[in-house]
Amino acid sequence: MLKELRIAGFGGQGVILAAHIIGRAASIHEGGYATMTQNYGPEARGGAASAALVVSDQPVLYPYAVSPDILVALSQEAYSRFVGEVKEGGMLLVEEDLVPLDQKAQHLKVYGIPATRIAEELGKKMVLNVVMVGFFCAITRVLSREAVVAAVTDAVPERFRQLNLSAFDRGFQYGVDLLAKGAVTEENSVAVPQESEV
Amino acid sequence: MHADQRCVLTGTHFINGDAACCEGALAAGARFAAGYPITPSTEIVERFAARAPKVGGLFIQMEDELASSIAIQGMVWAGQKSFTVTSGPGYSLMMEHIGLAAISETPCVFVDVQRGGPSTGLPTLPAQGDMMQARFGSHGDYVTIALCPNSPQECFDLAVKSFNLAEQYRVPVMFMMDECVGHMTEKVVIPKADDIALFPRRHASKPPGEFTLFEPGPDLVPEMAHAGEGYKVYVTGLTHDKRGYPVLNADAQRELITRLFEKIRRASDELTMVEAEGLEDADVVVVSYGITSRVAQRAIQMARDKGLKVGKLRLICVWPFPEKLIRELASKVKALVMPELNMGQVVLELERCAGGQCQVISVPHPGGTVHKPAEILEAIERGAR
Repeated sequence: MLKELRIAGFGGQGVILAAHIIGRAASIHEGGYATMTQNYGPEARGGAASAALVVSDQPVLYPYAVSPDILVALSQEAYSRFVGEVKEGGMLLVEEDLVPLDQKAQHLKVYGIPATRIAEELGKKMVLNVVMVGFFCAITRVLSREAVVAAVTDAVPERFRQLNLSAFDRGFQYGVDLLAKGAVTEENSVAVPQESEV
Repeated sequence: MHADQRCVLTGTHFINGDAACCEGALAAGARFAAGYPITPSTEIVERFAARAPKVGGLFIQMEDELASSIAIQGMVWAGQKSFTVTSGPGYSLMMEHIGLAAISETPCVFVDVQRGGPSTGLPTLPAQGDMMQARFGSHGDYVTIALCPNSPQECFDLAVKSFNLAEQYRVPVMFMMDECVGHMTEKVVIPKADDIALFPRRHASKPPGEFTLFEPGPDLVPEMAHAGEGYKVYVTGLTHDKRGYPVLNADAQRELITRLFEKIRRASDELTMVEAEGLEDADVVVVSYGITSRVAQRAIQMARDKGLKVGKLRLICVWPFPEKLIRELASKVKALVMPELNMGQVVLELERCAGGQCQVISVPHPGGTVHKPAEILEAIERGAR
């Protein structure tokens, strides 16, 4: 098993922490391997933020994500910039209030969640990244829920722990409900929800 | 001697190579760093500046790299383990004082997180273009030790090793990271302090009146005394005698410089630090170091899937170069393949040691990213024909 992921959005959405949680879950709590890289060039300034992960059950040799299996896009710019590199038939997870899709997503399995709205309901917009991590966990099933919960617990300061765990649960549940609605028929294949379909 | 528990972040972490390097330096006992922050090495000193004061250490942001590379040497002679951290243009500026550390036998560590060059080049992207500079960058004749990590875990482990080797042989050690390992985040396991062995400062075993500052020991390495302890501590960049006093003639030069080379030559077996696999029946061996070794490993797997007999030799210590090992290997194989993120530097040494016994294939790359495994595979296939 080797999966390449990219998580991208704008500065302040916590995309690096989201990637960090997933990498930590994979390599520490799930007993596998994960390599996280970030873009540091001038293109990484001016509000855009992105991190890539290679997750595997074997040591990761090639460090970069070349054609991601999964793209998590939290902003329109992130979507536009990275949707083209996603593997044919790959997965696209989007913040559906912020990312209007176009025909470039047609060959992908698309899943949307209003992560920012859910985070606002929890009282802190800043936890939208962890809502997204919960959603990612439920939809992709790359990692076990226990491993990701443990990584969230490690990765956030104690006074925000409960808030972040709630954020994870809300995102996870949203994903579970979405899959239930989507009537899964084949393994690893899920119907695309109407509201974010192109 | 073991690491000080207060400074060791024992546990399992998900951190980048720069952070791991900083933790390695702290675990190794470094209590002083001076630097002029530069991408992609900045995170090392940023973290050190935050961590060191809590364990009685200090970071000074100096006016430039010349000042940084001399400040650390002052602190070593005052009794502390010290290091500096830089990249590309900053490394060039440090060359003068790397020579001073070599001639004054000042144990210290220079971390170079290599980025694309020459000049300001590619600040945020990887290269391995400073490998010859690590060996020959300062003027005059000297030797250093250079280690190349290929993961954040090794940024920790080999940072500790770098400080240990610096103390053991009293040389400046070049810790040759690159942007890719520096900025990549992976699992890093930091052991318990009791499980981290440290090489202690070779402090004067005689009292001040009987001690000669540069009197070589049985392994040609002198003991050290610090300023302020009552010893005569005369340290100079000039050619000097055993007392450390300048003696400007050919005899003194011969005695000093020969010893500086000989102390490392005698340790060449111990400094042959490699990771080898499948060398016994290999037709082709891929010789690599640093981040490139991971991409090479992928290419080796691809070649083996095609039925080729390919071995792996990863150089953990690039300088001194493992001459004996390469000579023996070259007599048994069809080809040695060396991918590196430069236009062909360490491959020159590989060719020299192979001495025409087998084909040597360079897989150069100007940097900015890592090789594609297919580029290395193509060279392996060429060598196997």
